[in-house]
Amino acid sequence: MLTRANLFGALVFVAVAISALFLPPWLVSLATIAFANALVVLGLVILWRTGLVPFGQALFYAIGAYAVALIGRYTPIRDVFVVVLAGAVAAGVVAYVIGFLLARYREIFFAMLSLAMSMILYGILVKSEALGSTDGFHVEAGSFLGWRPQGALRNLALFWLVLGFCAIAAWVVGVYFRSVAGSMAIPMRDNEIRVEFLGLSVDRLVHLKLVISGVLAGIGGALAALAVQHVDPQMAYWTTSGGFVFVTVLAGAGSVAAAFVGSLAFELVRSIAVALLPGAWQLILGSALLLTILFLPEGLGSLYSRLRRKPAAPKEQPGGPS
Amino acid sequence: MSGAILSVRDLEKTFGSVVAARDISIDVPPLQTVGIIGANGAGKTTFVNMITGHLRPSKGTIHFEDRDITGLPSRTITRLGISRSFQVAQVFPSLTVIENMRAAAAIGRGKDSVIAQAMTPLDSPQARSEADAAVDLFQIARYRDARAATLPQGVRKLLDIAMAVAGHPRVLLLDEPTSGISIEEKFGLMDVVMSALKTRKITVLFVEHDMEIVGRFADRVLAFYDGTVIADEKPQTVLANPKVQAFISGTKPLNEDALHA
Ligand SMILES: Nc1ncnc2c1ncn2[C@@H]1O[C@H](COP(=O)(O)OP(=O)(O)O)[C@@H](O)[C@H]1O
Ligand SMILES: [Mg+2]
Repeated sequence: MLTRANLFGALVFVAVAISALFLPPWLVSLATIAFANALVVLGLVILWRTGLVPFGQALFYAIGAYAVALIGRYTPIRDVFVVVLAGAVAAGVVAYVIGFLLARYREIFFAMLSLAMSMILYGILVKSEALGSTDGFHVEAGSFLGWRPQGALRNLALFWLVLGFCAIAAWVVGVYFRSVAGSMAIPMRDNEIRVEFLGLSVDRLVHLKLVISGVLAGIGGALAALAVQHVDPQMAYWTTSGGFVFVTVLAGAGSVAAAFVGSLAFELVRSIAVALLPGAWQLILGSALLLTILFLPEGLGSLYSRLRRKPAAPKEQPGGPS
Repeated sequence: MSGAILSVRDLEKTFGSVVAARDISIDVPPLQTVGIIGANGAGKTTFVNMITGHLRPSKGTIHFEDRDITGLPSRTITRLGISRSFQVAQVFPSLTVIENMRAAAAIGRGKDSVIAQAMTPLDSPQARSEADAAVDLFQIARYRDARAATLPQGVRKLLDIAMAVAGHPRVLLLDEPTSGISIEEKFGLMDVVMSALKTRKITVLFVEHDMEIVGRFADRVLAFYDGTVIADEKPQTVLANPKVQAFISGTKPLNEDALHA
């Protein structure tokens, strides 16, 4: 299914990929992490549209990351495509299994149960001496279909790898959002009983959302592990989960693009804040979120649609649809 | 059981010590329109809830087209061909009327599996034309772009019923379709609903308090009292029944004769 939006999206990805050749290396590295994390945010957007906010999404992020790290440590497999897909599968399987429990819960219970799951993994990782305990361990550099770039070239290759996964994820999630199941976000929030009596299981719809978001978080974690070349239990910690929720609120659930823009904006603001106020960068980030919630309650993503809507509709028609 | 589209045997439902339904055995032939009457708390909604899978019966069986559907989940029963509307209309308030209908039509066209539904686009020419046809059939096209939250009660009820019909059910249960609607509007609403259901060839069971409406639209009436069916006949016969008059329609004061009639 190719639409004009798909074509536009593809052009944007190609433009960003080419622009990386002219950007300073620090910015490429920042964008690499930002876009890897954007995949986690994209998964959160899927859940948030239904009103579900998991406070333990770092669970899947860490599983994706540790899968890559473990393959590097215990097997001869180095291909980045293979290890990232392995991370995706591992996270997807875990999401599928715990989904049987999690998909039965909503609201704060869903959020807390998700948090509890992630804390269990965190506890296991901290207790695992073989995996470096709290220090974590090193991740192998990996090869790109046999090619082993070094230095700045490796950074570029990694950025393109992340972009490639982002492009595919954006397209798949776009298709999902337009599907019957993906369109049930607002109906499920509005009235679960009606959804059930139309013939769809709300729990299974939530379960599917969990698996999709788990896979996305797993890919994000796997890519982040390759980029940082290190994994540690902090990747599963609740502050990591909280950070993803933070970016999701910043980005808004309006569109697929918002996840990428929001994540990039977050990393930029954070690195600028750290440079300006090393001791109090959280203050700046907190203020940024506060201002977003106050003035852009639907997130940064709504800025674009707002600007676009303005000239077309000068005035709402009285009594018309809102 | 032969010939009946819906067949209920010895149905019972208890909530702790409360017996909400007891000894209910009914056969409904295809295309019949069955009115269900009874005072508040008589067990009408419980009966509807058990048939549509919202409640699991404590005892007894329910067969639909000779298939045992007792205790199946509501969405499975919906998929098999029994649909329902609610005493309090169940729609998606944030969506417009036509969006509600499109969602219902798209789900109805698709499969039970959420994975299949994740690969089927919501927007299809068929779902669109089905939704357009439904708002015309139920005469709510005037409101098509209004958000469901803003609808007048009667329109919301019609939307609820239209959504229930979107999956092409063969049996439809309407729980008090005219509750919360002014007396002047009730007949109009029932005319719209019943003629729409006739064109769709649907067997209907509807819960109703207004005896005039029951007399006009039902081929047959079930009178519920304290969880049991105390009368099951043609409308005129049931409405003339002294027990019914005493306990339900209130046309006769409660007396000893009625209790032992
Ligand atoms: N979920 C429930 N839990 C406990 N009691 C219930 C429940 N649903 C219905 N009842 C009881 O069952 C009886 C029948 O209720 P209901 O079927 O709603 O009556 P009706 O629809 O005829 O007004 C009532 O006494 C009611 O209080
Ligand atoms: Mg009732």
